[in-house]
Amino acid sequence: MAKFEYAPAPESRDIVSLRESYGLFIGGEFTSGVDGRPFKTISPATEEVLAEVTEAGPADVDRAVSAARKAYEHTWSAMPGAERAKYLFRIARVVQEKARELAVLESLDNGKPIRESRDVDIPLAAAHFFYHAGWADKLEYAGYGPAPRPLGVAGQVIPWNFPLLMLAWKIAPALACGNTVVLKPAETTPLTALAFAEICQQADLPPGVVNIVTGAGETGRALVEHPGIDKVAFTGSTEVGKEIARACARGPRKKLTLELGGKAANIVFEDAPVDQAVEGIVNGIFFNQGHVCCAGSRLLVQESVYDEVLAALRRRLGTLRLGDPLDKNTDVGAINSAAQLAKIRELSDAGEAEGAQRWSPPCDLPVKGFWFPPTVFTGVSQAHRIAREEIFGPVLSVLTFRTPAEAVEKANNTPYGLSAGVWTEKGSLILWMASRLRAGVVWANTFNKFDPASPFGGYKESGYGREGGRHGLEAYLDV
Amino acid sequence: MSDAAASDATRIAVRKTYKLYIGGAFPRSESGRSYVVTDHKGGFAANAALASRKDARDAVVAARKAFGGWSAATAYNRGQVLYRVAELLEGRRDQFTAEVRAAEGLGARQAGAVVDAAIDRWVWYAGWSDKIAQVRGAANPVAGPYFNFSLPEPSGVVAVIAPQASSLLGFVSVVAPAVVSGNTVVVLASERFPLPAVSLSEVLATSDVPGGVINVLTGRVAEIAPWLASHMDVNAIDLCGAPGSLAEDLTVAAAENLKRVVRAGERDWTLTPGVERMLAYLETKTVWHPVGT
Repeated sequence: MAKFEYAPAPESRDIVSLRESYGLFIGGEFTSGVDGRPFKTISPATEEVLAEVTEAGPADVDRAVSAARKAYEHTWSAMPGAERAKYLFRIARVVQEKARELAVLESLDNGKPIRESRDVDIPLAAAHFFYHAGWADKLEYAGYGPAPRPLGVAGQVIPWNFPLLMLAWKIAPALACGNTVVLKPAETTPLTALAFAEICQQADLPPGVVNIVTGAGETGRALVEHPGIDKVAFTGSTEVGKEIARACARGPRKKLTLELGGKAANIVFEDAPVDQAVEGIVNGIFFNQGHVCCAGSRLLVQESVYDEVLAALRRRLGTLRLGDPLDKNTDVGAINSAAQLAKIRELSDAGEAEGAQRWSPPCDLPVKGFWFPPTVFTGVSQAHRIAREEIFGPVLSVLTFRTPAEAVEKANNTPYGLSAGVWTEKGSLILWMASRLRAGVVWANTFNKFDPASPFGGYKESGYGREGGRHGLEAYLDV
Repeated sequence: MSDAAASDATRIAVRKTYKLYIGGAFPRSESGRSYVVTDHKGGFAANAALASRKDARDAVVAARKAFGGWSAATAYNRGQVLYRVAELLEGRRDQFTAEVRAAEGLGARQAGAVVDAAIDRWVWYAGWSDKIAQVRGAANPVAGPYFNFSLPEPSGVVAVIAPQASSLLGFVSVVAPAVVSGNTVVVLASERFPLPAVSLSEVLATSDVPGGVINVLTGRVAEIAPWLASHMDVNAIDLCGAPGSLAEDLTVAAAENLKRVVRAGERDWTLTPGVERMLAYLETKTVWHPVGT
């Protein structure tokens, strides 16, 4: 039978109107940096410069914190919850109204497929604001006492893998609980955060309630170490998370929540429906190019179905389409940065050097931009670096097990504890496994599902605190 | 003078050797060291074991070994075990009143009230074991065909630097909230007043608390606490009894494996505890269970 080729189906980027340069969003307005300097943000798919943004210096961070403090004391903390709620509902609606523009912008700046930014990132970001809006005037029912108080000013630092969604995870609960925020987006993906600043303006959010300071690690450090903030929320690498925990150990007390790395086991039992499981494996590790802290990067397959699962997996990977993030048929987009690509290459090379077998489907990589093919390692032992370290890329390590107890043992053999997946038709086995896996989120017969009502966060070195659900409010309340 | 009175006057008391309590056994410090503990008047009370780094590490190993069984025990079972501690303590009320008096220099009535409060505290926490999950858990209405629920689970091995001033009530108030939910504990007793804690471990050993669930060290805070704070197989640490400057250093050390750190200092331990300490050693696990035919 003839094989039909896909015609290109690019989403138009005309919907996005980028400015040449962006300042910092402080006190409700875009201002140029006092001691900041400009840097460029590029499209990782083409290396084209998208815009110039400002790297905030310490004085800029200080201005932002002051603006947030002022807004906290004079406006936001005094406002009835019901009124705060209406601002958050407004923001949710504007995000929905601008969904297409935000999706294109996200895919441009981040490199992720438009299918994902359109169907996952942006709708979930809107949902987070909608969910938390409803909490703003109901906090006394959340189980944290009769009149839970906000903390004050929150300093928030977010990663580049889900730029707008991570912003929503941070800002929505902070504002709902009555805090004001200074947020720093990642240096490679600042654009949707700056677009969000414009959304705050459209929603007439009082000046200073949300402040956005762009920049890299130094800006982040200036923010989390600023004595004027009461709360630090960080999502990113475990390494940086530990640095922040050390920094927050001294000086004025700051409440700290950390959402860090992972090395999740995705466990497939012999009774699992193979096709469904293969879809879950693919979604677990190749969703968002594997730039997911909770990615199912260790596949544990029951020995009896190993050959069958691996054959189906290889077949399925052969159909993945890698390329232009704005093409609606694209499954795998660009790696977010040259630095991340170098890290993925280094760990993959280490996997080969340590004796694991590397396989990728035939796959043409674009010449410009940062690209890495979907990659599967078999013959992986628990001691291999690719089974222990977070790669944060489209690289899957396959291990096997015989009994449920062995699967638990192997799954838990990691300093991380963010997520895990279980594939079986047996409900009792799902719950038996779930109770033994030392991980904050356990997906059964699915993977990488998120919902604003569902608490998310890790055990052990994957961090502490939860985001989402009733549990996530605790991070932003003085309890 | 009657014979009985004569023998009373000449009878030499049998003194107790105060040892460590690790993995359900009472070893001396492997270092062979001890330190002099005085009563509140400054007189000699006893030689307590001066725990070493090795003792602390042995205690963590014992606590880790006990974690699987204790955390998997039913909440009802753990509640009964904690209640059993209260029962045995009640039976030795006079002994503990005397020990707390001797250590802290309280009056008889005050010391008795402290022991009563310590007993009641075990009872209070015993009742929590099968309620935490209901109070802290949730069924989450996600937008999809899943039953999504969140449950609290114990963090693992908890190191505790016990309060310095309150040798029994303070000690119980920081240990019970950790073990009730299934954590296991390595606790460093009050440095100056360690004896009531050692006697309490004798109660624990004869109650139904499995060996290794609570391990009691005596010794120097400045020597032992850093080893516990930096230990990679400890999941959480309560710095209650560590002085402020040391507590900062310990918090920095604890970041190496992102321990959950409790830095609430000494307080009036007779007050109702609240749930914060208990919640500090709980992780929230969220499960997405499929719904379908």
